[in-house]
Amino acid sequence: MTANRTTLRVALLVAPILLSLLITAVLVLAVGKDPIEVMTAILEGAFRNSNAIAGVVNFWIPLTFACLGLVITFTAGLWNIGVEGQMMMGAVFASWAARTIVLPTPLLIPIEIVLAMAGGAFWGVLVGVLRVRLGVNEIFGGVALNALASVIVIYLISGPWQPPEGGSAQSTPPFPAESLLPEMSPEFPVSLLALVLALVIILTVYFALRGTRWGLNLKATGKNPRSALLLGVPTTQTALSAFIVCGAIAGIGGAYRVLFTFDSLRPLPSGGIGFLGLLVVLMVANHPLIAPIVGFVFATILAGSTRLRVVLQLDQSLAEVLQGFVVLLVLMANGLRGRILSSPRSSPEVVQEQPAPTTVTSAAEAASHE
Amino acid sequence: MEIELQHIHKRFGRVHANNDISMKLRGGRIIGVLGENGAGKSTLMKILSGYQPADSGAILIDGREVDYHGPQAAIAVGVGMLQQDPLDVPAFTVVENFLYGQPPAMTRREARAKLAQISREFGFELDPETPSARLSIGQRQQLEIVRLLALGVRTLILDEPTTGISAQQKTILFDALQALSREQGMTVLLVSHKLEDVIALCDEVVVLRAGRLVGDKMMPATKAELVQLMFGQEIAPQERSSGHIGDAVLELDSVTIQDRRVRVESLSMNVRAGEVIGLAGLDGSGQEALMRACVGLINVAGGRVRLNGRDLTRQSYRDRMHAGLAFSAAGRLEEGLVAGLTLTEHMALMDNSRAMIDWPAARQLSGKQIERYNVRGRAEDRIETLSGGNQQRWLMALLPEQPRVMILEQPTRGLDIDSARWVWQLLLDRRAHGTAIIFNSPDLDEIVTYSDRIIVFFAGRFHVIEDASTATVDALGHLIGGNFEEAAR
Repeated sequence: MTANRTTLRVALLVAPILLSLLITAVLVLAVGKDPIEVMTAILEGAFRNSNAIAGVVNFWIPLTFACLGLVITFTAGLWNIGVEGQMMMGAVFASWAARTIVLPTPLLIPIEIVLAMAGGAFWGVLVGVLRVRLGVNEIFGGVALNALASVIVIYLISGPWQPPEGGSAQSTPPFPAESLLPEMSPEFPVSLLALVLALVIILTVYFALRGTRWGLNLKATGKNPRSALLLGVPTTQTALSAFIVCGAIAGIGGAYRVLFTFDSLRPLPSGGIGFLGLLVVLMVANHPLIAPIVGFVFATILAGSTRLRVVLQLDQSLAEVLQGFVVLLVLMANGLRGRILSSPRSSPEVVQEQPAPTTVTSAAEAASHE
Repeated sequence: MEIELQHIHKRFGRVHANNDISMKLRGGRIIGVLGENGAGKSTLMKILSGYQPADSGAILIDGREVDYHGPQAAIAVGVGMLQQDPLDVPAFTVVENFLYGQPPAMTRREARAKLAQISREFGFELDPETPSARLSIGQRQQLEIVRLLALGVRTLILDEPTTGISAQQKTILFDALQALSREQGMTVLLVSHKLEDVIALCDEVVVLRAGRLVGDKMMPATKAELVQLMFGQEIAPQERSSGHIGDAVLELDSVTIQDRRVRVESLSMNVRAGEVIGLAGLDGSGQEALMRACVGLINVAGGRVRLNGRDLTRQSYRDRMHAGLAFSAAGRLEEGLVAGLTLTEHMALMDNSRAMIDWPAARQLSGKQIERYNVRGRAEDRIETLSGGNQQRWLMALLPEQPRVMILEQPTRGLDIDSARWVWQLLLDRRAHGTAIIFNSPDLDEIVTYSDRIIVFFAGRFHVIEDASTATVDALGHLIGGNFEEAAR
């Protein structure tokens, strides 16, 4: 029975991915191309040289920040659609520092990052306050604040921060070189600092959720706020803190986009990465260590697919089709797994989070169910 | 209609909830289904009424095997179940709820006529245009019975139907059940913990223990005989308890509470250390509102709440807990426990003292409490995989050791005699150390047995019985129906 169950688990994990590859392959065949060639082109696009790999990593870093922030709000049972806006505000605050403060790079970068965190946290706490004080669902609050953040960015680009030659709504003038994140080498243009920061945050979030009182509060609030309150969890503060922390982490992602990916503030600096993060976190059921791995797969497909046009004259949106199918089918498989594995018949065998016990109450055999 | 169960098996993981149960149920009789918590009664009744399938075994109706999936199919062959908490839509009116499951062609007018006709037959008073949210549990039961009868049900299963209804409603219900079985030849299955009810009503009983059918008996039988059958041993009747009563700890000073359903006007009371105060009343009469106002889950509209002289009126729930109150709500998995968390995680949640969680310590403490509270479950089990009785035990295990005042909604809800006594033993131990207890219960027996003082609520009005030893279940049954004037005489 356990063996069957493990097989089932693995099958439900692998099947949706294979199935989405299959569907995409059929689509490729339908337009008269060879699916193998497409796959090769994508992989080549992603890994053909150190520059290409850097492209993948540069997409992965902000995605990872968004994902880790979202793991926190999802754990607290909050649908933080506003993550995109939180990234944008992080970008705006970092841009302000980059434009205004004149300091050597080692001093300026920390200031930019701290400000970006403050900007993201500010945008996050707005969603939170709307939610806990005024009863505005965080989805609606988030959508509204995303739109507002986007408007603010465009206003800045075409207004106060426009280039001297006149506003084009394309971007601000490039930031001074001292304010940008340095790259490791021209062959591998990746910010080491951001990479290290991403890894630190992955581990911090993982351990915070596992081992701290705050993490447990988030979990309890997410699963049942009413019971959590009665058990003494300050549920309101917990929810607010989730928005703040998520916003701060997402804000770093936003700063990375303007201080490294671009060198200026551009419209929609978050580039939909926050939304992609939502999909990734949903897919991995909130796991802080698996989210970055799945995020890397997506980064590979998306960064690699730019090669499709060059090699096969195919539009790179094919990669988004593949991505869409993967998300949809994995979510369906997750739902299916939930139904199969948590049916009453099998409930005592749902995933256990602690090592097996040394003693088992024998009476349990008799009648722990009615 | 004759029902036969053949070799019914049902497993939940490692628990064999129904183990080879075979029985024949003849029509025209009222059959009591007895057993302690976890004996498998509810599982068997759910199988019979189509709420869940058996793993193996057969159900024969009038000698013909039926195989149904879902309650609707069960109703179609004539088997209907009345849940303990009737399943109706609160926002809908009586007649709208009644229309559920009726033929689509039935008009509202026809529904009203049929509803009135069946209600009249049994002396039920159901206004077709009242939203079901405003009905008492007793009336909602009546509505559900009428609905099932209109659907042509010939076998009626009732799960703990006398919990939470007044003496008058109980009389009406019992008369109706007797009429159904004696005059109309229906089969009535009564699942109940209350042996008095079983003795008063049933023609025979079947007894389950640990998933097996361990006996059946024609009535009449004495309470002692039934207890013997259920537990395999006799249990002495519980003595009325009383302890040392100290000074006032919790003071309510003309407290007025306005909740969605009820208004309690100007209630003053001093709760003294070591005192047990039982609150009686039909669901929503004001007792729940009072308890929740004491712990700050609803605001008082007037008056003051003080604990040891300290004014708590404007304090939050959490502050009141720190000040020395403890609270547990009636809905275990809705309010109190967090489905998805393990027993250990619940334990860790109670420790506010530091930022990092000491998992080994939490596990160890959980293990200790599991043993002490005799919980059938493991520290790493998720709470929702435990049975209701064991969830209740864990809820008790989580409460602080020595609060000033414990405020408990239905502390023994859904527990059998044995478990309920055991919970009370723990509560009384705490009381002996000076903790005051305020509790409510739909079980009047429990209120009479354990209270020092009783407050009876009816639609927000209240009547205090200063010396609970003078109270009887019968008198309380009439008081919760609102006959305060009679009591005053």
